[in-house]
Amino acid sequence: MTTPLLQVNNIEVIYDHVILVLKGVSLEVPKGKIVALLGANGAGKSTTLKSISNLLRAERGDVTKGSIELNGEAVHDKTANDLVKSGVVQVMEGRHCFEHLTVEENLLSGAYTRGNGAEIKRDLQMVYDYFPRLWERRKSQAGYTSGGEQQMVAIGRAMMAKPELILLDEPSMGLAPQLVEQIFAIVKKLNEDEGVTFLLAEQNTNVALRYAHYGYILEGGRVVMDGEAEELRNNEDVKEFYLGMVKEGRKNFREVKHYKRRKRWL
Amino acid sequence: MEFLYSIFVTPFVEMWTAPEFLAEVVLGGLMSGIMYSLVALGFVLIFKASGVFNFAQGVMVLFAALNFVGLIDAGLPIVVALIATILIMVALAFAIERVVLRNLVNQEHIILFMATIGIAYFLEGLGEMIWGGDVRPLNIGLPDDVWFVGDILIQQSEVFAAAVAGSLVIALSLFFQYTRTGRALRAVADDHQAALSVGIPLNHIWIVVWAVAGLVALVAGIMWGSKFWVQFSLSTIALKALPVLILGGFTSIPGAIIGGLIIGAGEKVAEVFWGAAYGGAIEEWFAYVLALIFLFFRPQGLFGEKIIERV
Repeated sequence: MTTPLLQVNNIEVIYDHVILVLKGVSLEVPKGKIVALLGANGAGKSTTLKSISNLLRAERGDVTKGSIELNGEAVHDKTANDLVKSGVVQVMEGRHCFEHLTVEENLLSGAYTRGNGAEIKRDLQMVYDYFPRLWERRKSQAGYTSGGEQQMVAIGRAMMAKPELILLDEPSMGLAPQLVEQIFAIVKKLNEDEGVTFLLAEQNTNVALRYAHYGYILEGGRVVMDGEAEELRNNEDVKEFYLGMVKEGRKNFREVKHYKRRKRWL
Repeated sequence: MEFLYSIFVTPFVEMWTAPEFLAEVVLGGLMSGIMYSLVALGFVLIFKASGVFNFAQGVMVLFAALNFVGLIDAGLPIVVALIATILIMVALAFAIERVVLRNLVNQEHIILFMATIGIAYFLEGLGEMIWGGDVRPLNIGLPDDVWFVGDILIQQSEVFAAAVAGSLVIALSLFFQYTRTGRALRAVADDHQAALSVGIPLNHIWIVVWAVAGLVALVAGIMWGSKFWVQFSLSTIALKALPVLILGGFTSIPGAIIGGLIIGAGEKVAEVFWGAAYGGAIEEWFAYVLALIFLFFRPQGLFGEKIIERV
């Protein structure tokens, strides 16, 4: 068996030395795939991504148990800067564009770790080819662009680092359904044409499972289920709790006993 | 009645009857305004890149000037002393990052601010320990002739100071606007987290801004020092940079310059034409009152970054 690009082994994350957020999460991201990390608010999706990219420490969090390996190499002692250099870039939840920089400057700042050079110009063109809308808005301040455009800026900026793996946190947040489809289609295209591996955290289970190859479901800081995207989509529990579909039409949750609803896969 | 008259009528009559004198006063004010601008510029650089108000900026001006004048007095040629002082200021930036900032990363801004107060006292003490507390004249051979433009008298040294300040500002603007590091600096100023996420190393950025702020402090120190000699009261001119920043905006380089000019010219004009009505010494508080008025009506300053709101 080949080693996966990214391997997360049973990690535990504690914020501020007291708050236990992840209670033993393990997952694997094979090279060239799109892997979805699903779950409700507060399940630990963002924390998992941040512990991989080592942005956790900036929020006073720390991985206290377990290990994270990128191409078989532990990431724990690397800085965020080292990780970007070795090909892991995170697109943060809520996009986080540099508001006062223009769209083009935002993109160029994504290539900071690569110095200057002709290659960067070429990649800038590549990003504009994937996001023609950004070409039109390249001179505007990013703070004045729409939510969808900002998401494109954030993904494009990550692409400028020439990453092997993009950690994409909640790309659908606050976007109209049509835009969400558009963004995911581009993610799929980047995955297929540029060979970029994606680990994406999403609440929108429906869309995520249509585009991803594999999925993990997190609940309360634990992985409660994982499987091929196809398989998860057809799973009765996933259908009921995350996709809102039930065999016999809509279910009235008042009629279901509380303990029955709470009991899921554990 | 007479008091009102001396505020609302007499000054304007004086200005009207002696326009050359008014021009001289304004020019003199603009020149000292440039000095304020230079100090304010150092504040803006660090504030932009880290959101920290660097209380030590004024002392850095003093420290740079002390080293420079000390090395010259020790017998070094001016150019060598200049280069050595630049190296000292860059080394200081490295030291501050390594000893102070790195250990306080992710702390509240107020804690970093407190740390800069500590740095201020440390540098003041260090400067006095090495170079002593004497007032030293600094003479780097600035021209001290005067020119007459029409009937207006202009000091050559002041024109020189203006030229230096101008080129410094232009160089900094180009650096911020067009270089990779400059872009990274602006990115960090906008969003720390996002800058980290794209792999911009904050430590390097901090060293760069503190080094640049140190160089700006050196320029300011040389200008002030050659005008008023190098003395410990130099560090208190930093206080004048505060109203300049409020006027111009904490995040704007052009704001620091224009704010300095307005305050410099404003306080001189106020002192000369309105001073008599209040019994003088307007120059001392004029800047602060102006800043207070600005805080009421335009808290981000003239050129401060607008808070971007999308509707």
